[in-house]
Amino acid sequence: MNPIVSLLIKGGRVIDPASGMDQEPADVLVLEGKIARVGCDLPAPAGARVVDASGRIVAPGLVDMHVHLREPGYEHKETIATGTRAAAMGGITSLVCMPNTDPPADNPGTLAWIAARARETGAARVWPAGCITKGRRGEELAEMASLAAAGAVAFSDDGFPVARAGVMRRALEYAGSLGRVVISHCEDPDLAGGGVMHEGYWSTVLGLVGMPAAAEEVMVAREIILARLTGQRVHLAHLSTGLSAAMVRRAREEGLPVTAEVTPHHLALSDAAVAGYDTSTKVNPPLRPQEDVEALRQALAGGVVQVIASDHAPHAAQEKEQDFDQVPFGISGVETMLPVVATVLVKSGLLAWSRALAAMTVKPARILGLPVGTLEPGALADITLIDPELEMVVDRDRFVSLGHNSPFHGWKLSGWPVMTIVGGEIVMDGRQLLS
Amino acid sequence: MAGLAARHLLGLAEMEAEEINLVLETARPMAGVMERPIKKVPTLRGKVLVTLFYEPSTRTRVSFELAAKYMGADTVSIAPATSSVVKGENLRDTVQTLEALGADMVVVRHQTAGVPGQLAGWLSRTVVVNAGDGMHEHPTQGLLDLFTIREEKGRLVGLEVAIIGDILHSRVARSDIWGLTKMGARVRVAGPATLLPPGLEKMGAQVYHRLEPALEGADVVIALRLQQERQRQGLLPSLREYAASFGLTPGRLALAKPDVLLMHPGPVNRGVELAAELVDAPCSAINRQVTNGVAVRMAVLYLLLGGG
Repeated sequence: MNPIVSLLIKGGRVIDPASGMDQEPADVLVLEGKIARVGCDLPAPAGARVVDASGRIVAPGLVDMHVHLREPGYEHKETIATGTRAAAMGGITSLVCMPNTDPPADNPGTLAWIAARARETGAARVWPAGCITKGRRGEELAEMASLAAAGAVAFSDDGFPVARAGVMRRALEYAGSLGRVVISHCEDPDLAGGGVMHEGYWSTVLGLVGMPAAAEEVMVAREIILARLTGQRVHLAHLSTGLSAAMVRRAREEGLPVTAEVTPHHLALSDAAVAGYDTSTKVNPPLRPQEDVEALRQALAGGVVQVIASDHAPHAAQEKEQDFDQVPFGISGVETMLPVVATVLVKSGLLAWSRALAAMTVKPARILGLPVGTLEPGALADITLIDPELEMVVDRDRFVSLGHNSPFHGWKLSGWPVMTIVGGEIVMDGRQLLS
Repeated sequence: MAGLAARHLLGLAEMEAEEINLVLETARPMAGVMERPIKKVPTLRGKVLVTLFYEPSTRTRVSFELAAKYMGADTVSIAPATSSVVKGENLRDTVQTLEALGADMVVVRHQTAGVPGQLAGWLSRTVVVNAGDGMHEHPTQGLLDLFTIREEKGRLVGLEVAIIGDILHSRVARSDIWGLTKMGARVRVAGPATLLPPGLEKMGAQVYHRLEPALEGADVVIALRLQQERQRQGLLPSLREYAASFGLTPGRLALAKPDVLLMHPGPVNRGVELAAELVDAPCSAINRQVTNGVAVRMAVLYLLLGGG
C-alpha cells in the first residue's frame, strides 16, 4: 500500500481537547504521518489528498485503554488483526490490550510477541499492558521492569482482582518506581460469591445469582487507601457504582493520584436489561440499577471519572449460546463505543463533544503517558472523523470483531466514525475498512 | 378469554390474572378425568411431549408424563446424562434436534435460570413449558398451588398466605408470589435474613425475619425445602438452628387461623422445615397438591397444544 504523504482535511469542526480547540470550519494538514498544521483555509500542498470534512467532527484518534484482543491463546474469540480492525471501525487508533491471554503477558517474551504481532497485523496502534502478578494469581509480582522494557505501558491482572492487599501495595510501589500506572479490577471475590449479575431486585426476579455492589466498592476503598499509603498512582478500571464514584471524588479532592474509567455499557444500560436473559448483558462488573447509571454519568460530567473505555471482551457465538451461568462475562464494545457515547451522553445534552472526546483521547493518553490523543502540530497523525448526524442501527452480525456479543444490537445510534487515520494513513473510510 | 397469550409457559410473572384463572378453570374438569376408572381421553392423541430434565426430579417429570398420557399424547423422556448432551452438544442444538424429530412440546428443567426462555427463542414450532429453571420460576408448581388453595378455600382473594424458609433459592416461592398477588391474595415471606433476597417487597410480598408474626392469622402456610448445602455455603450455622428458628411445629402453626392449610412443594425434609407429624396432619394438603399437579398440567398441555 502507498502511504499518502500528505493529507489535507478541510472544513470540519476540529475538536482537540488537549489544546482546548473547538473550531469550525478548520483544516488539518498531515505531512509524513504527523500533524503539520491546524488552521483556517490551509493551502493544499502539491499532490496532497484533500478530504472534505464539512459537517464532520475532526478529532484526535480515539484511545481505548481497556481492550481484550485475546491473542495469543483465544484466537477463536478475537485476534490482534480482527480486534484492531474492529477498533478502526470504531474510530479507535490506539488501544491498550489486557494481558489475560494464554499464556498471559506476565513475562517479557509474551509481551514482546504481542507487540511484534501488533506491528505486523494491527490496523491500530497497540499498547500492551503487562500482568501485575505471575500467572495473574495475585501472589508474586510479575517481572515488571522487564515487562516495561519490553513495552508494557501499564500493569493489570484484569479479569481478576489482586485479592491480597499486601501484594497490591507492593505492586503499586514497584510499578510506580517504573513510572507505570497499575490498573485495578476492583472485585472482592468472596463478596462477589459467584454472582452472574448485579444483586438486587432484578437478580431476585430473574433467579440469577447476584453479586452486590459492595464487591466492587470495598476494593475501590482499598485501592484508594493503598494509593494514600504508597503515594503511587492507581487507575480503577470499569467503575460501575455511585458509591465507587463518590469515593473516587473524595480521594481526588484530597489530591490522591487516583483515576478511573467507565464503560459505555455502564453509562447506557441498567440491570433491567438482563430481563430476557440476553447473554450479551452478562458482564463483569455487572450492569447496575438506573441510579448508579445516573451517578456514573454525573461523575463523568463532573470530571470525577476521566476516561471512557470499552472493556471490549469478545467471545465466540457458541460461547454465548450457553445457559446464563456458563456464558463467559463480556461485551464486544470497540465498534459501538463512540456512537453509544454520542447518542446517550452528547445528543442527550449531558456532555459536550469536547468533554466526551477528551475522555476517549487525551485523558487516557496522559494517564498512560502515551504520545497520542492530540492534534497539536508534531503529534502522530492519528485522526478520527465523526459524522454527528449519521444514524444507523447496530447489527452485531455485521461486526468486524469476531465477538458479536453486543447488548446494543438493534439500537439506533447516531454519531458514527466515518474515517479513521493512523499515522497519516487512512484505514477506514465511509464505514469501510481499507485493505 | 379464548386462550393463553403466549405460545410458551415460562413463568407466572408474565401471565395476566385472567390467563391464570383460565388454567385453574380448565384444571377442574381435568381432575374429573383422573377420577374415571379409565383415565384416558383422546384430546391430545398424536401429540408428542418430550421431557428434558437437566436436574434430577421424580414428581414433576412423572406428573407431566402422566398428564400427557391421560390425554392421549406420546411422551419421551430425556435425561442429559444418557444423551448427547454429555458429548458436549449445546442447548440450541439439543432443542432444535428435538424439534426436527417432531416434538410438539418440550418440558424443560434446568439448573440455570432463563434456559426455557432461551430454548423458546431458538424454536419455531415446538412449545416450551418451564418445569423449573434455577431460582427463577416453576410455573406449573405455582399454578397447582393456586389451584389447591382455591379448591380448599373456595377463593384466593383476600387470603393471607405465608411462605416460610429458603426464599432466596426457591423458584416455587417466586412463582407463588407472582401468582398469589395477581390473584388478589396477600403474601408474607419469612426466613433467615441470609435466605431472603433483595426486592421481595417490590415483588409484592411482606417480609418477616421471624416466624411467629408471619404465621399469625395466616390462612395458608407454604413451607419450603431447606437444602443441606446452605450450611456448607455459610448461609446457616446449622440445620438444627434453622429447625429451631423456622421449623414448623403443631404449636407454632396454632398461631395461624384454626382452619389453616399447610402446603409444601416436596420433597419434605421431615424434622427440618416441617415436624414429621405435620406432613400427614388433617391440615396438610401436601398429597392433594401432588394429585392436583397432574390436573393442572393436563390443563396447561390442553391450552398450549390442543385448545386452539
